[in-house]
Amino acid sequence: MSRLISLFAVLFLFWVVLSGFFTPFLLGAGVLCALAVAWLANRMDVVDHEGHPIHLGPRLFTYWPWLFVEIVKSAWMVSKIILDPKLPISPTMVKFTPGQRTVVGLVTHANSITLTPATISIEVAPGEFVVHGLTRENALACIDSEMDRQVQRFEGQRAVKDAA
Amino acid sequence: MSEVIYVLSWLSVTVGAAFCIIGTAGMIRMPDFFTRAHAASVPDTAGAGFLLLGMMLQAGLTLVTVKLIIIGILILFASPTATHALCKAALTRGLKPPMADGEVISKR
Repeated sequence: MSRLISLFAVLFLFWVVLSGFFTPFLLGAGVLCALAVAWLANRMDVVDHEGHPIHLGPRLFTYWPWLFVEIVKSAWMVSKIILDPKLPISPTMVKFTPGQRTVVGLVTHANSITLTPATISIEVAPGEFVVHGLTRENALACIDSEMDRQVQRFEGQRAVKDAA
Repeated sequence: MSEVIYVLSWLSVTVGAAFCIIGTAGMIRMPDFFTRAHAASVPDTAGAGFLLLGMMLQAGLTLVTVKLIIIGILILFASPTATHALCKAALTRGLKPPMADGEVISKR
């Protein structure tokens, strides 16, 4: 139930931000639309720990800043490779076991790998990631990485218990 | 708008534009599909991110900034998903990525 209420609140906030008008008619229409979407989503059975992961809460806001710094660092590194006249690439694929136990954790890890330039996650399954790296070092750096530990901290202990 | 914020936003937009141009050059220079995808993720992430940050500094504390943040979050989820889908589709259809070591390195 708390998930449904939170979904309604988020949807209504989204409506208000996108519209920017505060007339009774438009606010009322927003409430009706948010209610309708929340009802439909509930009927489709997608309001769960995957579809609306509110249990992650404030941890999201400590993980993202760390990720942004990583993105800028590797974007700078790829830029240097591109601008190097010799184009020093050594494309490599690695297969390894990620440390996450929940679906949300695995998706976050895979998305973070793809978001940082120089690495792309190609196969994603529980217990097996296949990652393509622009250089051998980039690809090997994904195995037992700091990112792996950060995402484990991000998915939390309670989430692991829920999935088990 | 204070001068400091103006200069910061100007810097941010310039850096974002530079990442976009470098990423585009990379897409032309790289030899195959997968390495081109790596180059394309530079404007996708750092390029778009710095451009959005610059525009947010221009807009200040307004509704426009909130909308820019929403665009940023959309890019944060949509672009890696699209890249992953493209690369997986290419691999499934039999496009072999050239590899420096000739095979997949497996670590368990």
